[in-house]
Amino acid sequence: MKILVPVKRVVDYNVKVRVKSDGTGVDIANVKMSMNPFDEIAVEEAVRLKEAGVATEVVAVSAGVAGCQETLRTAMAIGADRGILVETDAELQPLAVAKLLKALVDKEQPQAVILGKQAIDDDANQTGQMLAALLGWPQATFASKVVLAGDKATVTREVDGGLETLEIALPAVITTDLRLNEPRYATLPNIMKAKKKPLDTVKPADLGVDVAPRLKTLKVAEPAKRQAGVKVADVADLVAKLKNEAKVI
Amino acid sequence: MAILVIAEHDNVSLKPATLNAVTAAAKIGGDIHVLIAGAGCAAAAEAAAKVAGVGKVKVADAAHYADQTAENIAALVVANAAGYSHLVAPATTSGKNFMPRVAALLDVAQISDIVGVDSADTFVRPIYAGNVLATVQSADAVKVITVRTTAFEAAGEGGSAAVEAVAAAADAGNSKLVGRELTKSARPELTAAKIIVSGGRGVGNGENYHALLEPLADKLGAALGASRAAVDAGFVPNDYQVGQTGKIVAPQLYIAVGISGAIQHLAGMKDSKVIVAINKDPEAPIFQVADYGLVGDLFEVVPQLTAAV
Repeated sequence: MKILVPVKRVVDYNVKVRVKSDGTGVDIANVKMSMNPFDEIAVEEAVRLKEAGVATEVVAVSAGVAGCQETLRTAMAIGADRGILVETDAELQPLAVAKLLKALVDKEQPQAVILGKQAIDDDANQTGQMLAALLGWPQATFASKVVLAGDKATVTREVDGGLETLEIALPAVITTDLRLNEPRYATLPNIMKAKKKPLDTVKPADLGVDVAPRLKTLKVAEPAKRQAGVKVADVADLVAKLKNEAKVI
Repeated sequence: MAILVIAEHDNVSLKPATLNAVTAAAKIGGDIHVLIAGAGCAAAAEAAAKVAGVGKVKVADAAHYADQTAENIAALVVANAAGYSHLVAPATTSGKNFMPRVAALLDVAQISDIVGVDSADTFVRPIYAGNVLATVQSADAVKVITVRTTAFEAAGEGGSAAVEAVAAAADAGNSKLVGRELTKSARPELTAAKIIVSGGRGVGNGENYHALLEPLADKLGAALGASRAAVDAGFVPNDYQVGQTGKIVAPQLYIAVGISGAIQHLAGMKDSKVIVAINKDPEAPIFQVADYGLVGDLFEVVPQLTAAV
């Protein structure tokens, strides 16, 4: 079984982003970029499925600027077999990415697509679900456990009240939550090996996809900062303040 | 202009998140209709009809809506989308699951997790774990929106909307719920609680978490929460998690015990009205957002607090 794993290049999770002074966007020049952490979990899961003999090939795909090649190399260092980059400098929104992925799925014919539940830059949480809808496939989002067997997937999902287990028909789209696995660190030999793995590049036009954004960002701003309050001396002081000043208990 | 709010419910009653979504719809402006998809969900429909501001309730009652699978709910919403300028759902794990499917099937963008309505086509939403607020304008004919529930008040009662049955869409038949393990608790639900007692890595282990925080939560009638560090360390299940990757909460009072205050945790609770931090490290970042900070050993302080409230 072939598994397709879409990965997104995002500002590293340790970087605290700054809003540009003219409010037109977030300043991402010269900041560290990494693979979206949820996508790293997706790559790890696919590679484990390959190591377990369930999957035969893991194909990592990314869409965006030329720098996404690094992200694909990271995926291949974790264990993906090859990479495909849909290269464009255009702003890509989730619907456009889902359409690009659909075109690649039509070409590659994987039995499963595993990707992160959301990217930590735009926090949209849409691409996997949109891809499933465009393909007419079932989906299992926010996965904390994935079992693929035969023509179905059994997926435990993190939902608001606890856990839910779905049985879905393959092919399907699965999006990963944090507790699915702990991604391995890529070793130096594997990083070197990844440099030799095949990486194809295509353009959105080659796939016949219009990636024009549907949402226009009018401005970005930092939210109002919360002011630090006071330190209280002891529990009695705290309880008095909560009762008399804040009036919340 | 008419807006369709897709309700979250348990067939008997509405989930509170639906009421926040109705308020967001009211801010957009226009007739508000509510769609209830369920199995044996007449009582939930009656409850929706009583919500202030709701003009009509549409009910699709069929066995294949019992499990609320994204495939079936999305198909039903799309089948009922004609005539609506906006489709709105709460940004809960349920709304997040099916709404992007709806958007893709209608070939429109989704505007996720809105915290503000500027106009009928312009919305404010958090990005980068809430460190940035983006104002976005949609050019699509239909706006598909999920609503951050903590950013909008719950709609009240006082409506008397007509309830109308709509046809169920075909069963996709490709997804089946085979198990559900819901955390059973007599405490209020985390996202709806007025007071939350939350524990972090500093609590040490799961036994301490329960022994220290449960009595305090019981006394305050509070819900229990946790940081991602506490969840990762296995103190409590993941549905306790407050933060960018967990639940977003905004209670009247948030008591953070042994939580250092990582950005991703702050993203989930910084809109709380009053924040109390109890931590032995005076330099912990949590104190930068806390209204009341108490530097001390939580193993001494928390039992004292439990006795004092």
